[in-house]
Amino acid sequence: MNPLETLYTALTALARNTMRSALTALGIVIGVAAVIAMVAIGSGARAKVDAAFASMGTNLLVVLSGSSQSGGVRGGFGSQPTLTWADLKAIQTQVDSVLAAAPQLRANGNLVAESGNWTTQITGTSPEFFVIRDWAIADGAPFTQSDLDATRKVVVLGATVAENLFGEASPVGQTVRISNTPFTVLGVLAKKGQSAMGQDYDDAAFIPTSAYRTKFSAGLANYIAGAIQVRAQDGQLDQAQTAIAELLRERHRLGAKADDFNIRNLTEMAEARSESTKTFSTLLAAVAAVSLLVGGIGVMNIMLVSVTERTREIGLRMALGARPVDILAQFLAEASMLSAFGGVLGVLLGVVSADYLAKQFGWSLLISPAVVGLAVGFSALVGVAFGLYPALRASRLDPITALRHE
Amino acid sequence: MALIELDGIVRSYRLGGEDFLALRGVSLRIEQGEFVAIMGQSGSGKSTLMNILGCLDTPSAGDYRLAGEQVSALTRARLAQIRSRLIGFVFQNFNLLPRVSALDNVALPLAYARVPRKERLQRARQALERVGLGDKLRNTPGQLSGGQQQRVAIARALVTRPQVLFADEPTGNLDSATSVAVIELLQQLWQAGQTIVMVTHEPDIAAHAARVITLRDGQVLSDVRQTPLVLASGAPA
Repeated sequence: MNPLETLYTALTALARNTMRSALTALGIVIGVAAVIAMVAIGSGARAKVDAAFASMGTNLLVVLSGSSQSGGVRGGFGSQPTLTWADLKAIQTQVDSVLAAAPQLRANGNLVAESGNWTTQITGTSPEFFVIRDWAIADGAPFTQSDLDATRKVVVLGATVAENLFGEASPVGQTVRISNTPFTVLGVLAKKGQSAMGQDYDDAAFIPTSAYRTKFSAGLANYIAGAIQVRAQDGQLDQAQTAIAELLRERHRLGAKADDFNIRNLTEMAEARSESTKTFSTLLAAVAAVSLLVGGIGVMNIMLVSVTERTREIGLRMALGARPVDILAQFLAEASMLSAFGGVLGVLLGVVSADYLAKQFGWSLLISPAVVGLAVGFSALVGVAFGLYPALRASRLDPITALRHE
Repeated sequence: MALIELDGIVRSYRLGGEDFLALRGVSLRIEQGEFVAIMGQSGSGKSTLMNILGCLDTPSAGDYRLAGEQVSALTRARLAQIRSRLIGFVFQNFNLLPRVSALDNVALPLAYARVPRKERLQRARQALERVGLGDKLRNTPGQLSGGQQQRVAIARALVTRPQVLFADEPTGNLDSATSVAVIELLQQLWQAGQTIVMVTHEPDIAAHAARVITLRDGQVLSDVRQTPLVLASGAPA
């Protein structure tokens, strides 16, 4: 028999037991739908976690100065100022993969308000910093380039600092004294929470670098006594890192010498987190795959019943000239058709339920064609794998005994 | 060269640890165009012989050549091809596929012989017309009488134009009037040149064959050529 006829014969055989075929296919439908829905949930959750991490700065690089050496004692990174303000300008303007860059000068300081005082970390930076860290203002406004240029004494407070100094009241417009100089509070940042190390991101205050340099360490005129924070364009973190390194090596005329700076990449933590959600979605998919396996066993069960029921038909077909391979093909075709049919319906059901779940959880619907292809392919494979044993059994029947079978 | 050549055919089965010999050295020749009845009591080995002749089974020892081809030691796939090419079967209980039209039942062996579908249906129609069922093409077995079903089965056996038609108790499930009609049909086919080998235990039916081989205990007891009983052509069943 040619393949098309084998399929037709299989279809007629399946149609003869509509209810049974439908129920068997249902096992595959549920299995395939579960795989698709679960993988979609997994990727949805992962996208959500990734997005959350992106807001904490996944595209971030930190450029630090080199280390100093004095009498054999080597300082850490940043102990030897090597980065210049011109370097910062070059990074901002000459590297395409960089979205924004800002200086970061840090010192501890005591902030005094009328209602109390609080010691925190004071960062001197530029307005780009809030863009780089993707840090929204909860109340008031951030400082601007003109505040920076005019060396205005303005401060943006972290949520923890605002709370400790002013309690429930809005600090915007209030004055805090930093090292005896009055600073006007322009705004309060949205809460960011804690780092993995337990450091409170919100326990900080930000002032323009110009004001910082007048009130804290001015440092050498041309050098940045701190770090440069960089945000790369989306998906171009690695390019940005390489480009900045090349740029700095060229600007510092390093030639064959080792780097006198250090670039750190903050995505590792996000990747670890993303990895854990990946494990979670793999687990979900594995559970779903088990249900597909159970569906496959259902196919095998029904095919075994079918072979037993149709023993005489098999004997007859053999007597009429069907080779063992013809019988094998016929039963394999039946099992594969059941699975393929179930697979197609399962994809539809899976997409619909994934869509529903995505709406419920407020996730974006993430169904990759690869997963759909995989689920359908796997269900067809299930059909062949679980149909093979019954089909082999049918093809190995002895025509004489089969013909006598009642 | 005879169409069927059996030399020293032995068939043994293992039953409960003991060897049981169903056939103990059967040798015979059947020529093209013969109408042979194989008779014997149950247990005489006639069914075993029929299975071997029909290439459904292979002998434990001995040679079987069908149309010059050595078939005693072929694989199952090769045997299936021999059956498809050279052999037509008629069974006692008809063995038609239920819920399938007479036409499709008759066309089935041609599918395994890789005949194109169009030619298949045409040949099936011709075969059904030949057995007098040209008006029942679309009927399923359930809509046909026993005699008609057996004639569909005969059409199915003829449709591949086999070298030999094997009939295993073809009238065993039919009443006497219908039996006569079926045996008459076989006789007509024989007269048209079809080689027929028929197993039966009824002497009345065997009387219509031109040669009667009687088996007992797995051996040929007698091999008699006779003038077949020819019926005045009656109405078909």
